[in-house]
Amino acid sequence: MSTHNDPIIGILGAGRVGTAIARQAIKAGYRVRIATAQPAADNALLVDIVTPGAIAVEASEAAAADLVIVAIPLHKYRTLNPDDLAGRVVIDVMNYWAPVDGVFDDFERDARTTSEIVAELLGQSRVVKTLNHIGYHELEDDDKPAGHAERRALALAGDDAAAKALVAEFIDRLGYDAVDAGPLAAGRAFQPATEIFTGSHQAAGLRALLRGASGLTAAA
Amino acid sequence: MEIGAYSFGDTQLNPDGSSRSTTEAIKNLFDAIVHADKVGLDYFGVGEHHTVSMPASSPGAIIAAAAAATTRIKLGSAASIIGTDDPVRVFQQFATADAISGGGRIEITAGRGSSVETFPLFGYDLNDYDELYAQKLDLLLALNNSATENVTWTGTARPSLPQLDVVPRPVQGQLPIWIATGGSAPSSARAGRLGLPLAYAIIGGQPHRFAPLANLYRQSAAQAGHTGENIKVSVATFGLVAPTKKEAVERMYPGWVNLNVEMGRLRGWPAPQRASYLAQVDAPNAYYIGDPDDVAERIVDLHRHLGHMRHFFQGDHGGLPQEHLLESITLLATEVKPRVERLLAAK
Repeated sequence: MSTHNDPIIGILGAGRVGTAIARQAIKAGYRVRIATAQPAADNALLVDIVTPGAIAVEASEAAAADLVIVAIPLHKYRTLNPDDLAGRVVIDVMNYWAPVDGVFDDFERDARTTSEIVAELLGQSRVVKTLNHIGYHELEDDDKPAGHAERRALALAGDDAAAKALVAEFIDRLGYDAVDAGPLAAGRAFQPATEIFTGSHQAAGLRALLRGASGLTAAA
Repeated sequence: MEIGAYSFGDTQLNPDGSSRSTTEAIKNLFDAIVHADKVGLDYFGVGEHHTVSMPASSPGAIIAAAAAATTRIKLGSAASIIGTDDPVRVFQQFATADAISGGGRIEITAGRGSSVETFPLFGYDLNDYDELYAQKLDLLLALNNSATENVTWTGTARPSLPQLDVVPRPVQGQLPIWIATGGSAPSSARAGRLGLPLAYAIIGGQPHRFAPLANLYRQSAAQAGHTGENIKVSVATFGLVAPTKKEAVERMYPGWVNLNVEMGRLRGWPAPQRASYLAQVDAPNAYYIGDPDDVAERIVDLHRHLGHMRHFFQGDHGGLPQEHLLESITLLATEVKPRVERLLAAK
């Protein structure tokens, strides 16, 4: 059920991931605004047909939403406008996947997770990493109501508790259990090629994998 | 409805799992195209891929050879990775093949490629990915649309052409140039705005979900004033046809495992599971692996959603035995196509 107290969802990027999240958010009753690097008018037809119910807006307007989802190719992250996104809760769904997308120095030279690198560029945003470890096909197929015995879980990582609470509620409304992995750096446990990234897990199994991953980090 | 096949080349494996020669794979591919022409397949798409397991790196060369050895079949790239190639050379190679074919059978499909191996291979910077693709596609279209050999084009991704001759011209003045996409909405809209035919590569999920994208493509074309026969959709999927569904499923499986093991090693995937293969071989999923009735019915069902005019299949990967590829091509041409036409006529 949509209410006017619901956060407005802004999505940057209209590719396969951005449009799948948009449709799932609309299904959950959210108001959704979508923007790309192109003027809003150029995306009007696309949004009407591919994500009916959403509205095509300029990037600055999508960035002004209560919850902003960044779903552009990671190597374009420097095109994000930190001023537009200052103070916002930003979900980073992007991945660095060199075998598929190629090798980029920004992520090779820096040992941190890609979300920490993105958060540093944005500066004043409250970045939460999640939705990067579910396929865009799966996002619209695997959703289950809360309490369902086979409900899939998704991890989230971030440094701001209030931002994570907002994102956890969003994940729940999309049809998934949200499992807090800890600070933004803990997102390493569900980056590409990890067991969490490549598999599908329920909350208990996901928590166990996250505990295992943090144990490894502590031991390292 | 045109029925076709496509291949990136398929290097055979020795019993110990090591690769046989890439030369053999190219010869097998050439033989498969000649066979496809003989049995009456409508279309064959080639490459472009640059790996030992899939070595069809030079679609223009294979298509020129096949143009001389075939009489009816349409031949095209699937796709030419235009961002890291020289559009002048691509156009010249395909126009040359067109001359050899007699004209009207040679097509270019321009794509970004599903992987980025051509960037280090040809010395391009991935940060220029979008700009290279946009400019080189623009040049390819300028060459194709030119009324004469003498072409002028200005850009930065490649030296400009100040009134230079680009030869030969295609027999019929132009070649069909398609845009390939894995199904992003902005790519669909862009192809429509350009008024170019669109080839969807659907390698997973449920193909009928591409319906809104095909609709977006057609409406974008209409909005930009493009109508007529150039506004059309083709679909490329995995597929293999055998006399029975059971045989088709078993024939494709070992190659699917080999492909996924190789990709998994590169991309960090877990070991491929038979269950996830089997989950994709039945309607409404993406692997068109079955007997002629099954595959024909699924093509027609997808046609209800996408209105596509060509459906072409890749069955040869991970070391599919050549005789299974050839039998699948025969069945596509002689059993699947008549069924598809019957079903479409009965609608």
